[in-house]
Amino acid sequence: MTSMMAPSHKHGHDEPHVLPVSVYVAVWAALVVLTGITVYVAHFDFGSWNTIIAVLVATTKASLVSLYFMHLRYDNKFNLLILLGSLMLVAIFFYPTLTDLTTRGLIEPIRDLILPNR
Amino acid sequence: MSTHVMAQHHPAEYQPPHHFPSARAEAEASKVGMWLFLATEVLLFAGLFCAYAAYKTLYPEIFKGAHKLLDLKWGAVNTMVLIFSSLTMALAVRAAQLGQRLNTVKFLAITWLCGAAFMGVKYIEYSHKIHVGLVPGQYYDMLGFTREFLEKFPQTPMSEVERLARGAHLFYGVYFLMTGLHGLHVLIGMGAIGWVLVRAMRGAFSPKFYFPVELVGLYWHLVDLIWIYLFPLLYLVG
Amino acid sequence: MTQLDPSSPANPEGHTPPKGGVSFYQAARGWKSWVFTLDHKRIGIMYLASVLVAFLLGGIFALLVRLELLTPGKTIMSAETYNRMFTLHGAVMVFLVIIPSIPASLGNFILPLQLGAKDVAFPRLNLLSYYLYVIGAVFAIYSMITGAVDTGWTFYTPYSALTPNSVISMTLAVFILGFSSIFTGINFIVTIHALRAPGLTFYRLPLFVWALYATALMQVLATPVLGITLLLLIAERVLKVGIFDPAMGGDPVLFQHFFWFYSHPAVYIMIVPGFGVISELIATFCKKPIFGYRAVALSSIGIAIISFLVWGHHMFTSGQSVVASMIFSFLTFLVAIPTAIKAFNWVATMYKGSIWLATPMLYALAFLWVFTIGGLTGLFLSTTATDVHLHDTYFVVAHFHYVMMGGTIFAFFGGLHYWWPKITGRMYNETLGKWSWVVTFIGFNMTFFVQFIMGAKGMPRRYYNYLPEFGPYHSFSTVGSWILGLGFFLTAYCLLSAIWKGKKAGDNPWGGTTLEWHTSSPPPLENFLTEPRVSGGPYDRT
Ligand SMILES: [Cu+2]
Repeated sequence: MTSMMAPSHKHGHDEPHVLPVSVYVAVWAALVVLTGITVYVAHFDFGSWNTIIAVLVATTKASLVSLYFMHLRYDNKFNLLILLGSLMLVAIFFYPTLTDLTTRGLIEPIRDLILPNR
Repeated sequence: MSTHVMAQHHPAEYQPPHHFPSARAEAEASKVGMWLFLATEVLLFAGLFCAYAAYKTLYPEIFKGAHKLLDLKWGAVNTMVLIFSSLTMALAVRAAQLGQRLNTVKFLAITWLCGAAFMGVKYIEYSHKIHVGLVPGQYYDMLGFTREFLEKFPQTPMSEVERLARGAHLFYGVYFLMTGLHGLHVLIGMGAIGWVLVRAMRGAFSPKFYFPVELVGLYWHLVDLIWIYLFPLLYLVG
Repeated sequence: MTQLDPSSPANPEGHTPPKGGVSFYQAARGWKSWVFTLDHKRIGIMYLASVLVAFLLGGIFALLVRLELLTPGKTIMSAETYNRMFTLHGAVMVFLVIIPSIPASLGNFILPLQLGAKDVAFPRLNLLSYYLYVIGAVFAIYSMITGAVDTGWTFYTPYSALTPNSVISMTLAVFILGFSSIFTGINFIVTIHALRAPGLTFYRLPLFVWALYATALMQVLATPVLGITLLLLIAERVLKVGIFDPAMGGDPVLFQHFFWFYSHPAVYIMIVPGFGVISELIATFCKKPIFGYRAVALSSIGIAIISFLVWGHHMFTSGQSVVASMIFSFLTFLVAIPTAIKAFNWVATMYKGSIWLATPMLYALAFLWVFTIGGLTGLFLSTTATDVHLHDTYFVVAHFHYVMMGGTIFAFFGGLHYWWPKITGRMYNETLGKWSWVVTFIGFNMTFFVQFIMGAKGMPRRYYNYLPEFGPYHSFSTVGSWILGLGFFLTAYCLLSAIWKGKKAGDNPWGGTTLEWHTSSPPPLENFLTEPRVSGGPYDRT
């Protein structure tokens, strides 16, 4: 816990961690290619996989942005923990809410089987 | 701001507020604070994404049909604009790290212009939607939807179009809420970029003190991140 | 004493560090020294004053609600006015009083002191939080003047989307108050990470700090969902989007999911700081380190995590799916584990301690009593079958008043008495403090215990009228509310009169061991004249 705020730079001096321009341009090119892929793939119908594919590609893009543009790969790891924690909570928010929406009326038929006299 | 004036005269001798042991400690702490704020932004948008997921689960056909009337071309253009602005923002932070005042200003200005371009495209899209009545809830125009849909997909059977027209207001409700809140964030981001732009022009930043640029950068990248999800979910899969 | 490092410059002779100098009150004068201050201590005091004013307002609403219920039918007000009264009571007490009470007032004042820091990490953001609170309160008052709200503090759709009352100004008020709370949370988390004194590792932090950390996590991660929920409600009213309107294909139960995803963690935002205060009180007044320190510290974090998983227990009778209800019911029982860890460890700390029954300790004991009742009755409500019977009855009202009012407010009062000498430099009258406690405790239990009984017998909450058989319970409860009001009045007099009439308190009147007792009362502008260094646990005594 205490090490969380410890300076994470490896050089041991106060200079900022500067990435070469080529890294940024490469990440940008990858983002453009991935955008092309997701638009191209949308022309085919994979049924319920459509959304899953779209979200997976978007997550890949989001990872690139957060790791390189937002420096999470080189930064204090506590910042990464904050981002992952917030995403974890998004999942906690979605899962039960959607469970409720999709399981309404699911138990009642079983209950009526067990307790036919209700 | 006193720190600002100080930095203007002696950019290399930035003094952090006295409750921080060093300038680096201040920058690190400010970044943690910014990330916590970004986490709240993620959860703010999560509400809208959850509403999207809920109604997509309840009405998958309607979402699939109604999204076809969004303009994929403009959506893709805006995606490219935002991704490019993220690149220039990252380069602006890099220039600030290296103390390159002119490059910092240049890249921040390009980023700001990209934001303006994004809002311009949104304006074109919104005014068309409002014009034909593809708007949320009570103000939604069923006839307008039918007309638009048949114009774009004349082969669709009338019964199918009618069914979509009856439920599409929910999709446009979600569309306008999500893109509207996102657009508001773009505007706030542009304001923040303008603020660091002015400070950068005055020479407020140095390799020892550039964290305001970095914080604005983080915010701007988050705006981009949210669009990275909005674009496929709204324009591509519906 | 906290093991101050003997080699520390703060501790030259091997015992207490040098004190004295000018207190932060004397460091600057005039109204500007308050309105534009960046000092966490002044901001904490401004919060305290504002919270207490709001508490008076919410208390008056509560007394009026209880007075109306003295007799069946109309006693003093119409049914419409009554609906507004209980809504205002709930909204004011939740959003203007209990949520900011301990963290924003006592927390702001004490947290940097306990960390050995000069201030919070972002003093300007701290002042912004305070002014957002004020702006939120102004919006709330505007809503009260322009017709008020009759939806209950929960703003359930579809009614809240349809009622002609001024819902939008009240929701905006709560939205702004939410951001005030978020900024306080961000500030506290960063402060705890970045500004601890040398040697003050995480496992040497006082338990109040741990509790504030857990609270801040919940404030930061849950409140934005409330924000978006309220924005959606406004969109529903202004744009008629229909996402919560069944007539337009929307789902009103979705609103409840959104609302309770925030508002269940919110009850822990309200109570966990109280846990922190109680830990401090028990450690000081039993003159012992807290038994099971790490378990108590980590149980705060455990509560914060579990609090996000249980919101559906408010929705067992809402039309939520039975599958979801079963999962939520099961998860809700888990909350009992970290809570019980705290309660048992506090009792174990008291065992063979040399207990000093000063007023703060009496509040701690009262807390243990009422919180245990409030917590255990929560289990009745988290059981799906019994909840169908008890839902929306006075049993629920009694339950959350035992937790929120009995729990949080008693902890708040205990903390106020405990830190009052540190904040003001003056000691309150101990006899008067004890008598105020007695009156408050009796009044509280009279008001709310009977509500368990009438709730179990089927008296619904929020009703204007009731059957004659509930008459005795309601009258008893109303009389109790008068005694409770008298107790608060006495407490206020006891604390306020100490400012003018109280004896000088000295720097450490209770023999406390945490860092705030190592500086003068009231503290100097930057809290410590020399930077403290720490080399031992928070409650170690040598
Ligand atoms: Cu709850």
